[in-house]
Amino acid sequence: MHAFAIEARGLVKDFAGKRAVDGIDLAVPGGAIYGVLGPNGAGKTTTLRMLLGIIDPDAGTRTLLDETEPLKAARLVGYLPEERGLYPAMAAREAIAFMGALRGLPLAEGRRRAGELLEAHGLGDAAGRAIRTLSKGMAQTVQLLGTLVHKPRLIVLDEPFSGLDALNQGRLETLIRAQAAEGVTVLFSTHVIAHAERLCERIAIIADGRVRFEGGVQEARDRLRPQVRLGTRAESGPWRSALPPQAACGSDGLWHFELPDSGIEPLLKALIDGGAGIETLSIERPGLHDAFVAIAGEAVAARMDEPGALAA
Amino acid sequence: MNELIRAALVIARRDYTATVFSKTFLLFLIGPLFPIIFGFVFGSIGANVDKTARPVVAVIATDGERTALTAARNRLADRLGDGSLPLFRFVAPQRDAAAQVRHLLQNEDDATVAVLSGGLDEPVLAGPRGAINDLGGDVSLILDDARQHRLLGKAAPAPVELATRPVDRSAGDAAQGRILTARVGQLVLLMLTMILAGMLLSNLIEEKSNKVIEVLAAAVPIDAIFLGKLIAMLGMSLTGIAVWGGVAALGALAILPPGASLPLPAIGWPMFVLLGVVYFTASYLLLGALFLGIGAQASTVREVQTLSMPVTMGQLVVFAFASSAVGNPNSPMALAATVFPWSSPLVMLARAAQSAMLWPHLLAILWQALWVAVIIRVASRRFRVSVLKSRGARRSWFRRRESAREERT
Repeated sequence: MHAFAIEARGLVKDFAGKRAVDGIDLAVPGGAIYGVLGPNGAGKTTTLRMLLGIIDPDAGTRTLLDETEPLKAARLVGYLPEERGLYPAMAAREAIAFMGALRGLPLAEGRRRAGELLEAHGLGDAAGRAIRTLSKGMAQTVQLLGTLVHKPRLIVLDEPFSGLDALNQGRLETLIRAQAAEGVTVLFSTHVIAHAERLCERIAIIADGRVRFEGGVQEARDRLRPQVRLGTRAESGPWRSALPPQAACGSDGLWHFELPDSGIEPLLKALIDGGAGIETLSIERPGLHDAFVAIAGEAVAARMDEPGALAA
Repeated sequence: MNELIRAALVIARRDYTATVFSKTFLLFLIGPLFPIIFGFVFGSIGANVDKTARPVVAVIATDGERTALTAARNRLADRLGDGSLPLFRFVAPQRDAAAQVRHLLQNEDDATVAVLSGGLDEPVLAGPRGAINDLGGDVSLILDDARQHRLLGKAAPAPVELATRPVDRSAGDAAQGRILTARVGQLVLLMLTMILAGMLLSNLIEEKSNKVIEVLAAAVPIDAIFLGKLIAMLGMSLTGIAVWGGVAALGALAILPPGASLPLPAIGWPMFVLLGVVYFTASYLLLGALFLGIGAQASTVREVQTLSMPVTMGQLVVFAFASSAVGNPNSPMALAATVFPWSSPLVMLARAAQSAMLWPHLLAILWQALWVAVIIRVASRRFRVSVLKSRGARRSWFRRRESAREERT
């Protein structure tokens, strides 16, 4: 058995002559919670659809649970698409059992498990109700349970938090963690960084159809240096020359700059010796959001620098 | 292959139960009753209108002429039926015959279509040209009979007693009956196929608007979705046909007089019905696959209607093509219609009504099965491309084989 649940190399997809995905490489370790992050229109959904075999790539290869033809592994995969889709007239229990049956679970067993899942998620009373009579959040939960009913080894969720209130977002995070604890690989896409930061061990940041970063969450954070905030009593003095060149005074009256390579100690000595009168000093590690903005922002900036970009 | 069939049956089961166990299916089942009920109601009204609107000819006649014409009309009515002869309204002659004729034709209260004057010897029928053309023959027949009886008197022969000896069938009668069976069979097949294949379109549009297609496509091959929908609608169609057929059979038993029977097809009723089901299935799959392929291109009901119109028109042309084979199944035109996949089931059903040979049906079924496979395959590819907006890089057969070899090594 392969160490990676998903591997993709050089995936390319064009739509009507426009390149949506441009040579994406991904490697999702088995049992991990993996996030695909990117701004809207970055190519996340197209990438997931190619990984699952819903659409074929124009170039590149992908392996899903050791299968080069993803649909051959369909029985071991659960998928929640970005655009949720259920039959409005179907009862919740039937909808879940049907989704399981699509992936090889016998209907009777699917109905039994659907009842248990609905009960466990507080929707036991809704088991016999038609989807059209459920609230949006309830319907989304039903569809999510439909992706789990056949006990997959890999779950792929496309923007799973979209449309959920804070309470249901918390429940979904708990559910994802529980699945991972059982050894299930979870891959999800999002443009809301907080979820990825709380859940993921590894992430890929996609922008303009390319992977701009792939690695651990910590690695992404480490791409940015810690941020220093400094408040002084003295407005000027010889200590000013000790500040890094990129230091800027913000609207809060504090100096903001990246921690110098030499560390904080030489700077502190220079500030004390220069009579700055330190009132506030904090060193903050950047969050994933800062890293994401920096990485995705670089990509957007790089695109804008390309010849002809403005004309386009 | 097993997985494809399994997945297709899961989808077919869902679609079938969702359709058949819905309230709208009941409406669908009783749908064909409406034209029958309307036909019956308007037919009755039409018959009443026909009865009251039978042409009335005013006859200017003396009492003697009146007696002779009435007797002649009654004798002919006994043989031809009263409904096939014009009604006579007798009026006594007046001094100014021309004025009397004009008055009778213009009097709207009497609704006289034409006026007969001049007695038995110099009869004149006055009226609009169309009415004279229609009534002239009948009026002449009555006048001839009256004149012959006046001439022969008691020497006129008594009406002939025609002895009858009924037999079950004659060659000419059977041939006529089979042609009728062939035409009715073709018409029923065409109507059923068109109505039921069209239902596939609305089903697909619903699926696309529900976004369920993405869930299905992630779990099973697109060919299975396509096949599942066809199987479901075929099952639903056969359910409908079974219900309609059963009701029609009961209706026929209740309405037809004892001893009456429908014209026997040359191949016999059991085999004719069996072949009818097989040819309906082939015709439905050929047209249904085409409609599904079309439905995949459209995203709204309006687009579907626009796109399906040429197919519907084409189907009518195919029907005309297939109709030409009835009565002459070995003509070049009939053979061409037998080979053309969409007209082949229609032509072969007509052949089953007219010829007892079985082997052409075996050949035709194999031929149609081949085309069903080809059409489903092609339409399924179009379906995949347009429903999922997916078209992978085109790879030649050689490239695919090379890739497969690399994967093995």
